[in-house]
Order: sequence, then C-alpha cells, then structure tokens
Amino acid sequence: MSTTTVEPVPAPDEVVEPRLVTVVSRKVPVVLAVVTALFALLVATRPRTGDATFRLSSSGDLVALPSVDLPGTATAWVVIVVMAVLAALAFVRVARQRKVPTWVSALFAVLFLVGFLAWAAAGSANDVPLVRVIGGSVLLAVPIVFGALGGVIGERVGVVNIAIEGQLLAGAFCAAVAGSVTGSPWAGVVAAIVAGVLVSLVLGVFTITYKVNQVIVGVVLNVLVIGVTSFLYSQVLVSNPELNSTTRFSNVAIPGLSHIPVIGPSLFNQSLIVYLMYLVVPGVWYALYRTRWGLRVRAVGEHPKAADTVGIKVERTRYLALMVAGAIAGIGGAFYTVVSVSSFGKEMTAGAGFIALAAVIFGKWDPIRAALAALLFGFASNLEGALSIVGAPVPSQFMLMLPYVVTLLAVAGLVGRSRAPAATGQPYVKE
Amino acid sequence: MSEPKHPARADATSGAVPQVVAPDAGGDDAGPPAVARDTRWIDALVRITSGGWLVSLGAVVLAVLAGSVMIAFTDEGVQEASSYFFARPGDTLAAIGQAVGGAYSALFRGAVYNYTADSFVQGIRPLTQSLTYATPLIVAGLGLAIAFRSGLFNIGGQGQMLVAAAAAGWVGFAVDLPAGLHVIVALVAGVAAGALWGALAGVLKATTGAHEVIVTIMLNYVAFYLLSYLLATPGLLQAPGSANPKTPPMAETALLPRLLGPSFRLHLGFLLALAAVFLAWWLLERSSLGFSLRAVGENPSAARVAGIDVSRSTVMAMLVSGALVGLAGSTQVLGLITTGFSYDIDAGIGFDAITVALLGGSNPVGVLFAGLLFGGFKAGGSVMQASEGIPIEIVLVVQSLIVLFIAAPPLVRAVFRLPQPGRRSPAKARRLGAARRQEVQR
Repeated sequence: MSTTTVEPVPAPDEVVEPRLVTVVSRKVPVVLAVVTALFALLVATRPRTGDATFRLSSSGDLVALPSVDLPGTATAWVVIVVMAVLAALAFVRVARQRKVPTWVSALFAVLFLVGFLAWAAAGSANDVPLVRVIGGSVLLAVPIVFGALGGVIGERVGVVNIAIEGQLLAGAFCAAVAGSVTGSPWAGVVAAIVAGVLVSLVLGVFTITYKVNQVIVGVVLNVLVIGVTSFLYSQVLVSNPELNSTTRFSNVAIPGLSHIPVIGPSLFNQSLIVYLMYLVVPGVWYALYRTRWGLRVRAVGEHPKAADTVGIKVERTRYLALMVAGAIAGIGGAFYTVVSVSSFGKEMTAGAGFIALAAVIFGKWDPIRAALAALLFGFASNLEGALSIVGAPVPSQFMLMLPYVVTLLAVAGLVGRSRAPAATGQPYVKE
Repeated sequence: MSEPKHPARADATSGAVPQVVAPDAGGDDAGPPAVARDTRWIDALVRITSGGWLVSLGAVVLAVLAGSVMIAFTDEGVQEASSYFFARPGDTLAAIGQAVGGAYSALFRGAVYNYTADSFVQGIRPLTQSLTYATPLIVAGLGLAIAFRSGLFNIGGQGQMLVAAAAAGWVGFAVDLPAGLHVIVALVAGVAAGALWGALAGVLKATTGAHEVIVTIMLNYVAFYLLSYLLATPGLLQAPGSANPKTPPMAETALLPRLLGPSFRLHLGFLLALAAVFLAWWLLERSSLGFSLRAVGENPSAARVAGIDVSRSTVMAMLVSGALVGLAGSTQVLGLITTGFSYDIDAGIGFDAITVALLGGSNPVGVLFAGLLFGGFKAGGSVMQASEGIPIEIVLVVQSLIVLFIAAPPLVRAVFRLPQPGRRSPAKARRLGAARRQEVQR
C-alpha cells in the first residue's frame, strides 16, 4: 500500500491507458541473494586450500571417465560470482515486473552444489564419489516417492492422506512377514500392497462413509499402525526370528543404459522396485491427466457436487482412488524390508511418510513435481554421507539438518502459497 | 455460520435429515480453498463433542476389546492351549481370560490404585505416577488445541519441546541464581524458546504462505539436530568431562518442588498444568485474542473482512501454542528428568499431544481429561510391560482406537445398536448458536 503514489486525476478528454498489473513475488531474488551471501561468508571466513577431486566413474565401469580436479577455493569464488550474477538477474527481472524463470533457480541450485562440494572437498584425501551420491539419493528417495504419489492421488480425489506414514509402515511390516514366510520378495511386495490398501480402506470407511475429519483419522491411523506393528514386532517377531528375515531383491543392470557414464551405474543398476518407480511416476501422471478415470478423480477432488451432478459416483471414485493410492504407498513400504534391509524394525520408516506429505505439498499436488521434490529430499539427505567421506569442516549434525533446511527454504522462498484441490479435506454429503 | 433461525423447525426436521454434518462444511460449495480446509477443525470439534457419553463409553469398550483380541492372539499361553482347542476348549478360554485379565488388572494397578501394595500410601503411588505422566501431555495438548482452534495444524510439538528443554535446561544447570528465582527464570526461558520456535513457523506461514504442516515437520528435524549438536559440543549443553550426548544434572535451585514429598515424583508442574488449562480456557473463550483466533480458525476470509489481521492471528496462535508446548518441555527437564537429558527428552509427547488434543475436542477442559486418561495409560502400560510382559505399544493401539471410534459416533452406535439421532443434536446446535450470538453482541 505504501508504494502507491497518488496519481493526478486525468482530465476528461485524456485517454487513460489500461494498466496491466502483474503480481511478482520478490521472494526468489531475496532467497538467492541470501544464499549467495551466506556462502560467500562461509568461504571467506573458512578458506580451504588444495584441490577437490570429483570421481565420475566407479571401478568396473565400461566407460571410465577420468576424475576431475578443481582448485577448491578458487572454484567456490567463481561459483559465488556466477551466483551473484544470477541473483542480480532475478532482481532485474522482478524490478521489471517479470517473473524469474525457473532455469535461473535450477542453475543457481546446481552451481551452489558444485561450489559447496568443491569447497568442502578441497584438500581432502578422498574423492567425491558422484556416482554413489546420485545412486544413494535415488535409493533414499524411493519410499518417499511412492508415499508422495499415494498422497497426490488421495488429495486429488479429495481425501487428505496424512496416513502415508502408516501405509509405509504397514507395507514394510507385511512385506517382511510375507517375504520371510514364503521366501520370495515378490510375495512381500504383494503383501505390502494389500497392507497399504487395508490402511486406505480404514481411512476410507471413516472419512468417506462416516465423514470423520480426514486429518484426525490420518493422524490416528499413523499412531494405530505404529502401535500394531511395534506390538506385533515385540510380541511375535522378536521371539520368532524366522518370521523376520526376507530375501532381498538383487540389483539388475539394464543392458546398455547401465553403461552411460555417471548416471548409468547409479540409475540403471538398481533393484526392480526402483525400476517400478520409474514406471509408476509417469504412469500416475498419465492416469491423472490423460485418462477418463483421472479426469473423474480430479473432478471429484475439485468440485464433488458438480461431479455428482454429471453422474460420477463420488464415494465410489474416492474409495477406488484411495485404494490405488494405498497400493502405491504400500510398495514404498515394501522397499524397506525387501530392498533396503532384510528385516523389520520398530518404526523403521522414521518419519518418511511425513516427508512424503511435505513432498506432496512442495510438488503442488502434481505427481511429477512431487516425485522431483522427493528426489531433492533424498539427494539432500545423501549429501551428508558424501561430505562425511571427504571430511567436510562442518559438524555432522548440521549436514544432517541440511535436507530439512533446504526444504524449508524451498517451501518458503520458491514455492510459497500453495493451492490444494478445492474439495480436499471435506466429506461429500449428498443432498 | 448459518445458524438455525427457527429452533423449533430445526428440532422437527433434524430427524429427517440425518446427513447434515455441519451447517457450513458441506463439500458442495467450492469456496476459496483456505476456507474450505480450515472449517475441518470446527467440523471435527462439533463431531467429537456431540458424541455423548454413551458413545464415548462405547468407544472405550470397543477399543479395549480390540486390545484384548490382540493380547489374546499373541499370548503364548493362549497359543499353547489353542493347539488342543477342540479337545479342551475350556483351557483356551481360561488362557485368554488369564492373559487379558492379567493385562488389564496390571494396567489398573499401574495407573490408578495398586491393591496389592502394603499400605495406602504405596497403593496410591500409581495415581500420582499417572498425574506426573499426564502433566506434559495436558500442557502440550493445550498448546496444540489452541493451534487447531485457530485453524493451524501444528505438528511441531516435538521441535518446540526440544528447544524449550534445551533453553530451560541450560538455565537450569549453567546459571547461578537464588532458589525460587532460578526455577522461574528457567521456566520462562523454556517457554520463550518454545514460543519463538512456534512463532517461527507462524511467521513463515504468514509472510510466505508456506504450509504450516511442512514447516513444523521440518522445524522438528532442525530442532532435533540442533539439540544433538549442542549436546555433542563441550561447553554448550554437554556435561563436562563426558563424551555422551547428555547434559549435566539440573541445579538444586532450579528444580520444581515435589508436591507430595521426595518419595513421590509428582511435581509442581502438575499445578502449572491445571493453571494452564484455566489460562487456555480464558484465552480462547474470554479474551479478544482468543476470539480473533477462533474467528480465523472458523473462516479466515470472513475474519479478514471483519477487520481481523489474519497474519497476526496466525503468528500469535503459533506463539501461544509453542509457548504451552515449551512449558511441557520445561517441566519435563525441571521436574521429572532432572539428572540431565538427551535429545530424546521429548519422548514422543509432541505427537501424543496431538491425539490428546483431538480426543479433548480441542477444548481446554476436554484436553485436561484426555491428558489424564493418556497419562494413566502411560503409567499403567509400563507396569503392564514389566509385570505381564505385554509390550507397551498395546497402549498406543487402544488410545488410537478410542480417538478413532469417538470421532465416528454412527459407527459406535451401529455396533451397540444405539439409536441413531441426527449427527448434531439440535439442542447443541442451538446452544452453540446462542453462545456465538452472545459473543457477537458483546
């Protein structure tokens, strides 16, 4: 309000030009500038000598790229200059009432990462294992991606799914038991799907049929699943270890693709669940935006009354979509006990469901963006491991904090006010 | 709010339209999404409070039954006896009775009165134990309830408790102050830290529009790693001469006095919790700040039109919420765990308090009773685990089922064949309406 200047009242015969007012957020340039300044401060106060080595291939690759040596501090300063230019560019765009293009933010993030790694790894005896960093990020992100996809479908159909954590945990537990009893990881995945669907059904019965507040049911279901799985774990699995040792999926290298330098070994030499994830993410996108079912799901989530008026069965659509969401989240749960490790542990999902929830909102209720948000999260979590290898001069607790701070900055600075599907969180009452 | 204008007619028609949930919460009107989402809390409040005591009782019975089934199925004695079930079914039933009866009597002995104790003083000890466990649940539950009533879903109880414990604990062991003043300063420091951590989420939401669910979750992790850094760094929170991530014990002058003598752990924090219940009630129901918080919680757009500063309300709600959760963290380190704490000082209370606030219908008196119930479960659960070998997690199952069933009165009524009245009794609707009219007139 304070910037509005009092304009002289135009004379009657003067032609008043219609003004086009675009609302531009100043947050992006501010965040970019703050990050640049903080990084410059870090490098200026803690200069590091020596070179940083980026290892671009792991042993046994078909195409062995040479490692890249960069002088640590010098690289960091070059990066800071470019970052400052990008931040200035963003300010200029905003001053001209234009939006800051996405590539500026993306390039900024990549540059910051390279600069930070170069600074942190400078003079270290160990190399930065890029292949392992990328591969590890994908692995850490898998359950979050599946959970986030389940969350996206649920919210798109109008049911807030806070019970993602519960679905992951139930999936992990059932996969562990079924996988151990049958000795087949596939049976574990099927059991995990069933478990996820069951949690979804409970959520559906209470929120759709009995119209209980969705957030309450979600929160309580998480507690319920934690209680049930931990109880059964302590009471049954501990005394019967044969019920809790699964055969894990082994890694399968995709011929051809796995020989691409850097990304090949990290992305295409993984277990089947990871490949399933590559298929499910575009699959959910296609189902939501290109099929009749997806159109109905989105209609029910945005305006259930209108959907009902044109003959879409709102409750049935919601149940069905929730079950699909539960199945997908369940697969994510199976990842814990048939890919990552071979046994179930109490509360082993450790809040991944809440991170997935954050990814849903961060990704603005879009499957692809939510999956990317989950990947970003996995990457930030994995960075800590990489930095501890090269012995970064930052306390490990702050490195572990990094993914959460990055998410906070991203949500506050780059995403901002998010708009949920209109009918999310409301029971539909047919008149 | 569209109040029933003609109470008589509302009475007459309520039986005919049982599907009316709340006058304004139908999904039929695509208003602005923020409004739509924020009516959920009121909707839930109405639903939980209009359940009636029969439904509550039924919910408890159902939850206890479900817990019994889980205990019976996993009990080794029962499994053994059931292997010859068709030869001697009586054995199986007796084993079930023994397992379930043993569990719940242990729960009672641990939570209310230990009838096997030698003296009354020893017998009543479990009750004081329950009150001790209930203290942080009540206070933190109040904090979350205030956020819920303001339309904010504060999942950041864990983080707010951790920073509060860190601040109160640091004042408690590192600062030298005279007795009396010391404990007050420590409490204030803890409350202020919790309030700031909560307000940080509020400011982020109010200024950038970031969703409070993400922000509070992330701040939980940030607080956790911040505290683990402070605990691992000598000279900050770590006890001198130790390599463990643990603080030194609190100074004598900083301890909350014990209410019933040194042999009972019940401390002054419980009275603070009772005072907080009154304070929260006054704040929500009698103060102008509380009125604006509730108005924003019910309908932010309407509140904005009515001249309420929604951003300020958001920040204030998170500030008050964080302050109360911070009080819970402070009483823990100054009253219960006084020999030094680690980063698990929150003990899941930040999340348990969500269930407490939900069960209490986000109203202070309800939160008090929900907190007492859950405190009893916690005290009884550990006795049950120790004496009967039943994992304490069964308490989580029973607790969550109680909340779930209480939230769905029609389900409980259907199970027990109770009459199915309208979802919301007209008398209650009228009372709510009248109360609101009075407030508006005032």
